Amino acid sequence: MSAFSFDAVAAILFIPAAAAAILAALPNYKMTALVNVIASLLTLLAALSLFVTERPAPGQYLLVDDLNIVFIVLNTFVGFTTSVFSASYIAHELDTGRLTAPNLRFYHAMYQIMMFGMNLAFVSNNIGLMWVAVELATLTTVLMVGIYRTHEALEAAWKYFILGSVGIALALFGTILVYMAAQPVVGEGTNAMVWSVLIEKAARFDPALLSVAFIFLLLGYGTKVGLAPLHAWLPDAHAEGPTPISAVLSGLLLNVALYALLRFKLLLAASPEAIGPGPLMVTMGLTSLIFAAFMLYRRRDIKRLFAYSSIEHMGIIVFAFGMGGPLANFAGLLHMVMHSLTKSAIFFAVGHIAQVKGTQRISEIRGLTESHPGLGWALVIGVVAIAGLPPLGIFMSEFLVVSSTFARHPWLAIPLVFGLLIAFGALLLRLTGVAFGEPRGGMAPVEASYVPMYSHLALVFAAGIYLPAPLVAWFQHVAGILG
Amino acid sequence: MNGLTFDIAHLLAGSLVLISFMMLYQDRLFALINVFALHAVVLALSVAWQAYIQDAHHLYITAAIALVFKAIVIPVGLHRIIQRLGIHRDIETAVGIGPTMLAGIGLVTLSMVLMLRVTPEADPLAREDLAFALSIILLGLLVMVTRRNAVSQVVGFMSLENGLVLAATGAKGMPLVVEISVAFSILIAFIVIGVFLFRIRERFDSVDIGALDDYRGERR
Repeated sequence: MSAFSFDAVAAILFIPAAAAAILAALPNYKMTALVNVIASLLTLLAALSLFVTERPAPGQYLLVDDLNIVFIVLNTFVGFTTSVFSASYIAHELDTGRLTAPNLRFYHAMYQIMMFGMNLAFVSNNIGLMWVAVELATLTTVLMVGIYRTHEALEAAWKYFILGSVGIALALFGTILVYMAAQPVVGEGTNAMVWSVLIEKAARFDPALLSVAFIFLLLGYGTKVGLAPLHAWLPDAHAEGPTPISAVLSGLLLNVALYALLRFKLLLAASPEAIGPGPLMVTMGLTSLIFAAFMLYRRRDIKRLFAYSSIEHMGIIVFAFGMGGPLANFAGLLHMVMHSLTKSAIFFAVGHIAQVKGTQRISEIRGLTESHPGLGWALVIGVVAIAGLPPLGIFMSEFLVVSSTFARHPWLAIPLVFGLLIAFGALLLRLTGVAFGEPRGGMAPVEASYVPMYSHLALVFAAGIYLPAPLVAWFQHVAGILG
Repeated sequence: MNGLTFDIAHLLAGSLVLISFMMLYQDRLFALINVFALHAVVLALSVAWQAYIQDAHHLYITAAIALVFKAIVIPVGLHRIIQRLGIHRDIETAVGIGPTMLAGIGLVTLSMVLMLRVTPEADPLAREDLAFALSIILLGLLVMVTRRNAVSQVVGFMSLENGLVLAATGAKGMPLVVEISVAFSILIAFIVIGVFLFRIRERFDSVDIGALDDYRGERR
């Protein structure tokens, strides 16, 4: 049995890696899009099999526990739906000549390498390996952001590259400091980088060194989460890259960095004398939320609008995890899942909208519900969900965040609710213009893939109405682990 | 700890900080790259010395990468790129040299105070290495923010990365050091190729939020 269960982890890593090699060799773009979808589906199935198979014992490099299963399943699920969306999206890009066939070969191979990097970051039990995996995922997304080769796209990719590299360098310094703190207790060698060993012995680590390490890790991985004031790369990277990449950036890559932060937060929580990671995360989360909420008002580009909305929501999630405790952690986890599903659905809709209208400028997109009802209503539902209106899933998770804040630190709830309301106003203001009124811009019918976006939205809707008991129990358990 | 081995390690790490300072006041690109090549040579010596005193043979690989790749291949490549792009005459510090040097002194003081205070129990060699390494990292960041030109930003990033390699080799018995230095070399190769292929000359506006608004998607 144990041999088979190891296969599930190996499969999650092996399928994307092998698919990347195959995709790099296949010339036909229809075929590569199909292989991309199939590989993503197989990875999702392998991830789901983690629930039923026996888990391997934590090794020096790989680990599967209750925490990372949530992330892996979410990651592979959105990875799969995005690959379906991507197939229809790129067909249009090829028709309009924005991308060429060799571009697409590169694009698909990179897509699978990115999935490999993200999955590796999730299952790694070694803080050094985790760092390498995050770097790999970053590098591939940089290449994909710049794929259009326009001046703007290169500018966005360069900015993402430089800021991402500085972030990743700071994170490495933090990782080295964690090793230095662990080395006198655990001894030299690989064991002092193995997370499951570190967490057992963290109480005996030098608390001062561990605290400094966390500051670097927070700044480093926080850059990748998109926390203000380290977020400058995020809106450009979202706006200038292909839309499927915007969807995975917002829906998945931000989560990868968040996951790394959570692992280190646990390490710090296990050392009683180190600084509490909570207040730092609460401060950065609130700053991001309020800053992004105000920035939403001045956006003129629809993809940038939703990129700022991602900063806002990552702020809420980091705030919730920073608060800690079973309820806030539960809310943070739920919010993360809901945000990933909703935001990627919105980007699926926005991708097709930008294609039919031929522009990303908000002022040139009008009356979508009349000209393209399928896309228009998907966008309406998505924005209503992301703004936090009932009865959709984000309403529930935001409600839980706010109520747990009220119960424990009422004065913190004031800026939180303030930020939420500001963002709410901005999103609805933009939505009414885009979705309703006299249609403007391209009226051509669209060959959109509605299945990915509506299935995401249906899940978010269902979660807002009713969460199945096993899921709640699972999330409560994970929230308990997160302390 | 043998006094002499300690002194040599100290001397090499200290020289790296000094060379980082030299980068701050270079106003010609060629001079900046030459100073960076010197930085990489001293790094290679320092890593090799660590490999010798820790008896860790795999670190010789890291030292070799630093020497061949960072001290020779990259500087030569950058020289060519600068000539092709025709920017070798540019004088391009965004902030005056005086304030930059003062800021550099402040950063080194900060890292000394911080690292020496939080690591009283660590091995003295590793401890001072770490303090020097943080100084180099912060000075590298300073180079990046005080320059406009993409090439000198890359040089700043590489000197920052040298600081990381110094920290990683100073941490006794740290695994994956070689792998990480290879990963970084690939990253840097990508950056340099990117600069060349896309003819990136000017730095694109950085973390300045005001500058973000009036550009591209937000213009008009």
